[in-house]
Formats: sequence, structure tokens, C-alpha cells
Amino acid sequence: MTGTSAPILTLDKVSKTFGNGPNAVRAARAISFSLHAGRALAVVGESGSGKTTCARIAMREYEPSEGRLLYKGKPVDNAGAKEIADYRRSVQMIFQDPFASLNPAHTIAYHLKRPLMLHRPELKGAAITEEIKALLKQVKLDPDIVASRYPHELSGGQRQRVNIARALAAKPEVIVADEPTSMLDVSVRLGVLNLLSEMKREMNLGLLYITHDIATARYVAEDIAVMYAGQIVEWGNTGKVIDNPAHPYTKLLLSAVPDPDIRFDDPNAQVSATEADETRRRSAATQETIREVEPDHFVRAA
Amino acid sequence: MTAPLLSVKNLTIDYIGETDDFRAVDNVSFDVAPGEVFGLAGESGCGKSTIAFAISRLHKPPALIRKESAILLDGRNVLDLDQHGLADFRWREVAMVFQSAMNSLNPVLRIEQQFYDVLKTHKGMSRAAARDRTAEMLKLVDISPDRMRDYPHQFSGGMRQRIVIAICLALDPRLIVMDEPTTALDVVVQREILQRINELRRKLGFAVLFITHDLGLMVQFCDRIGIMLGGKLVEQGTADAIYRTPEHDYTKKLWASFPSLHGGVLR
Repeated sequence: MTGTSAPILTLDKVSKTFGNGPNAVRAARAISFSLHAGRALAVVGESGSGKTTCARIAMREYEPSEGRLLYKGKPVDNAGAKEIADYRRSVQMIFQDPFASLNPAHTIAYHLKRPLMLHRPELKGAAITEEIKALLKQVKLDPDIVASRYPHELSGGQRQRVNIARALAAKPEVIVADEPTSMLDVSVRLGVLNLLSEMKREMNLGLLYITHDIATARYVAEDIAVMYAGQIVEWGNTGKVIDNPAHPYTKLLLSAVPDPDIRFDDPNAQVSATEADETRRRSAATQETIREVEPDHFVRAA
Repeated sequence: MTAPLLSVKNLTIDYIGETDDFRAVDNVSFDVAPGEVFGLAGESGCGKSTIAFAISRLHKPPALIRKESAILLDGRNVLDLDQHGLADFRWREVAMVFQSAMNSLNPVLRIEQQFYDVLKTHKGMSRAAARDRTAEMLKLVDISPDRMRDYPHQFSGGMRQRIVIAICLALDPRLIVMDEPTTALDVVVQREILQRINELRRKLGFAVLFITHDLGLMVQFCDRIGIMLGGKLVEQGTADAIYRTPEHDYTKKLWASFPSLHGGVLR
């Protein structure tokens, strides 16, 4: 996860433990990654692997139990009110559920007006209306049709575009997108991913893309981190990790991705349940040793 | 092709509204052969789940199946069955696995009891006989029979889904309708379960109607596939034909909307 520019946001050996004593769950263990302007990092893993915990730590929704969160090289845990406000503006989130993340009682224009008033106080009166129009155009929605509508009048894909516009309203530097397309229909997923990528390029945003779908991760992200049981088990350049996986869990994950070229009846294509269990058991153990597979591609020793 | 096990003919289903009716399924016809896996693909709202419900006669008002429709299982029209006939037909002939099937287990009953309910109701089995059958079915889905005294929460999501499938198979149905059976599970577990179902249908000979929006997965698993759009079956063919030589524009568009592990990237 090397970038040419200085990182905007860094998680430095961050751990998060829920609960106490023998029942404690270590949802994130020594997680380190950085987000850079104009680059996307995909965090991939199954449900319960800790990927959303990482997103929430990046959003400052959870305090890390150990480790530090750095914003432009400075730790944010002892930041002052002004710095925190700046951080909140700078790091915006897009949620998984496009139906629950908009207020059903307010128009689309209202959803975009609030962040503009809060984060860009220099905008007044007509300038706000103009900016709302510009934001909707940016996410390829027609402001004349959409601005006065309520969320229930829009499709899931359109709502997710409104969510993207709302995040952009704050002029962020980082967008954290937690499974932004998993609740959308297949036919509109790609449109939303394309839009996110376009915004990333045009506005030089750092994108943290959380997903369980490794194929879409490859599609949008330059860098990838594969998580299992709270650890990043393999990371680096997306193409290198996917084409030359080194960790047994990454291999297992890749072998199970639906691939129309392989039929279930093909004896070479079988994923053995007992081997999969063994891989999971080995991958869940804490793995300290890190090995460089090739430049920009790292793996933990299982 | 041998005589079809399931034959859906001119199926038309409307949702009756106060002013307008909404046509959810529009004159759909397809056959499923014994032992075959037939896939129905399409996005949400295309009518694929409505078809699944109609086949088990689980549709409820305001859904209305229009007169000219027929759903034939071994030549017998399912739509003509009375309550008594339905009770015999469901589970014994056609079993269903739903999207969130792992949540359809009763949380306060042991697994053994949930098998017994089904086996007693439909076959009048005794406790001891039901226990033997339960052990046999659990082994079939790679779950140790000594866990039949456990409660659902003691199993993982994938295991619970396998238990539901085992209960479905307990009466040797000839057709299993699976509506997005693995959508809530991660890909590794999804692969394990579907691979197992594939082996079992080769061994036991049941047919599967498999419903999903994931075309790649569908091609891996199904023998033939039907593509639905706005209530109509716009294309059907062998899995290979749907993958390699799709004819309908919508099928082509569906394929284009899946990023693959080997295809182009954006960045």
C-alpha cells in the first residue's frame, strides 16, 4: 500500500476489542493501512471479518483499543474541537443501505442543503440552490426532477447517487464506502461503482471501499487488503494479490468466487469443505510474521 | 428430453390493485426435467420470486393467478389442488428453501424436534424412526448427527442453511425450489453448499429450480437457464448458450454488468 503522495488517513496498528475477559471479541487486530489522494483501497472479507470495524474506526465512530488513527500525519485522538470538525468534514461516509440512510420526511434538496450549511458556511441563499443543482448533476441526476422529490420516489440506485452527492457536498478528501452496492440491483451496481471511481479521479479523493465481492474490488481499487478474523492477511497492489495470491485464505476466497468458466461438475473445481475449515482455522490464529511476496505485495505467514 | 417433471404453462400472475392491476408474471412457460437444475435469473421485481411462490401455491392475495395458467407436476395441475391435496403435495413433492432460510428454523426447538415435526406430520413417523432419518439427513449435509440435540443458535449461518436443506430433503421431494438460497452467505460457504446440493441431486435425482441474480453462479450450477425481464421470460437456453452466445439484448446487458476476476478494470 505504498502511495506516491503523503497519506491523508492512516490506521497505525489499530486493534479493537469488544467485551471483556474470555468472551472478548478481537474484531480488529493490528490493522495498518493508509489512504492516499486519488487512490482506492479495497478491504475485502466475509461477514464478521472486521472490515466494517475498520471503516468505523476510520470514521471515528469507534475509538481504537490500541494503535493510532492519523490524519495527515497527526494523531486524531487528542485533537481539539476545530480539528475534529475539520476531520468530520474531510472524511465522509456512504452507507450500505440506500433505503435507510435518507430521511423519508425530507426532500432530496434538503439532504444536500444540510451538509452545505454546516460545512460550507460561505455559501448563502441562491448559491446553496446552485450548489445543490451542481452536486446532483455531478452524480448524473437531473436536478429539475430529483431535487424536490422524497426518497421513496427514487430507486435504490438513484438514492445511492444522492448519498454520494451528500458526501461530496462537504468537499471531502476521503470517502469511506461500506458495501455501497450490495443492496442494489446487479444492473445498477456498475453505474454506482463507475461514478465513485470517476469522483475519485476527478476530485482526487482517497476511497476506502469495503466489500465482500473481490471481483468488484479488482474493478475499482488500485490497492487491496484481504481480511480474515480481524487481521489483514494479505495486501498490496490489487492485480498482484489477485493474480498471485500467497495466503491460504486469499486462495480459498478466490477459488470460491462465482466463475462461469468453471462448472460445479468439474472435478478440478471442487472446494473441499474440510480443507476450507482447516484454512479458516489456520488463518484465524494471530500471525506476526510478514513476508514480502514481491514489490508492493505482502502476506502474513499462516 | 424425457417427460418434464415440472411444466409451467402460460403462467400469468397479477397483483390486484385498487385501480390498476400489476402484471408480475406475464405468460411464462418453461419445463424442468427430472434431476435437472433450472435457473431463473433477473433483477428484483422481475417476477422470479412470484413464480417460485406460485409453484408451491404459497402466493397470497392480492396476487392472482390468471385462468389460462397451468403448473403441471408430473402432468397434474398444482393450481387445481384442494387444501388436502396441497398438504400432501408440499414438502413431499416440492420443497422450498428461501433466501433467509437459516432464520426459518425455530430458535427455541432442538434440531431433532424440527425434523420430527416434518416427519411426523407428513409420514407419521415415530420418534425413534425420525431420529434415524434425522441422523441420515444431517450426515448428507456434512453435519455430525450427534449435534441434533443442539439449538439453531449453536450453529453458524452456513450450517443452519445446510440444516434447512436437510429438512427439505427429508421427505425425498422431487423438486426443490431455491429462491436466492445463499445470498446471505459469504462466497466460500455459498460454494460449499451449492457444490453439496449438486452432488446430492446427482445421487438422489431431485430437480432444482434455482433463483438468483448472480449469473456467474447460475452458469456454474445450472443445466438450463431462463432470463426474466419485467415479468416476461425473454430468453431460455442451456447454461453454456446463455453464457457464450446470449441472444437477447437484456441478457447481454446483464453479463456486462458483472465485473469479473479476469475482465477489464476501471481505475
